[in-house]
Amino acid sequence: MSKPTAINDVEFEQKVLKAGSPVVVDFWATWCQPCKMLAPVLDDLAEKYSGKIHFVKIDVDQNPKTPAKYNIMSIPTLLVFKNGQPVSHIVGFRPKEELRRNFDAVLG
Amino acid sequence: MTQSPVYDVVIIGGGPAGLTAGLYASRGRFSTLLIERGLFGGQIATTEHVENYPGFPNGISGMELGQFMMEQAEKFGLKTISAEASGIELQGGLKIVKTSEGDLVARTVIVAGGSQRQKMAVPGEEEFTGKGVSYCATCDAAFFQDQAVAVVGGGDSAISEALHLAKFASKVTLIHRRDELRATGILQERAFAEPRIQLLWDTTVESVEGKKFVEKLRVNNVKTGTKSAIEVSGVFVSIGFRPDTDYLRGILPLDSAGHIITNERMETDIPGIMAAGDIRHNSAKQAITAAGDGATAALSVERFLTESR
Repeated sequence: MSKPTAINDVEFEQKVLKAGSPVVVDFWATWCQPCKMLAPVLDDLAEKYSGKIHFVKIDVDQNPKTPAKYNIMSIPTLLVFKNGQPVSHIVGFRPKEELRRNFDAVLG
Repeated sequence: MTQSPVYDVVIIGGGPAGLTAGLYASRGRFSTLLIERGLFGGQIATTEHVENYPGFPNGISGMELGQFMMEQAEKFGLKTISAEASGIELQGGLKIVKTSEGDLVARTVIVAGGSQRQKMAVPGEEEFTGKGVSYCATCDAAFFQDQAVAVVGGGDSAISEALHLAKFASKVTLIHRRDELRATGILQERAFAEPRIQLLWDTTVESVEGKKFVEKLRVNNVKTGTKSAIEVSGVFVSIGFRPDTDYLRGILPLDSAGHIITNERMETDIPGIMAAGDIRHNSAKQAITAAGDGATAALSVERFLTESR
């Protein structure tokens, strides 16, 4: 079982920027319907990429600092971090296939 | 993927049309598979509050309505998967639905894939998507607290978006290319009564501009030809939808805008292929009419399967 872990502003540095593997960060909120629809897709992908990519999610309503730092103005947004740097920026709901292509490219 | 079983019905699209068709077909005890590439519930699922679907006197959230429709259909045996359709091939009496998850074999197909958001197709729109350009006010309104934003469009969804944004933004400019709104009367009343909403009539957007984020829109008055700029940090595009039928060209008869042509029983020219909902020529594009189309299409499928047995 490796589902996306909920993290907060304080944990962001440790769990994303200093992580050893690439990390997909899901910026979401309870009022955002496409975010809710994206969640099961990410649950599934977290399983598939287990051990290669770590998946976390951050509620932008409870944690305004991180979305402000990365200028998130639309949710859902997925940021993929590698070595502490955002390397991919995906806005809006996307089908699983498209996400898979994107994540595979990050793994290179 | 292993060889697909032969389904009695494969439904493409999980909005009100597809889910209602799925409910009827499953209750008819036909083996039914529904594929959806994005959001189950379809467009209705992204609507904050639905108050014109009968049976809910206090309205209902679109998300909940979509979920209820899905639960109800699944209760009777509807199977659903996440997949994107890319074509339909005819093979003897069977239909092969090409999808991102492999080929599906079916005796009949109901095409209920709805439509995709129409983009403005102006410079800056792609570039600033997620940087001030948005297609979902319920998702993103909170990022524009006390800022000036614009909504482009004049239909029900544009006005609903503007009303939602008015709860957050300091000012909402509604940009519409005509001199009257297409939106239903009650929504117009609410928009005119909202002091934070200002209307810009006869106006089209020519470009979205900014450095890193949206800073202004260049607009054109279509009657006078006067060009001007308005300063906003966000622009919400709500100019309608186009039918999602690119992959059906040459397979099914389409009208000039790409909608599927059917008769009143939702049958296309190809025996055993039906269409339902917004994807259909002359659809009223309402959740309730889409649901009605879905029921009709499923009944036509039932008739087709019974007669061809």
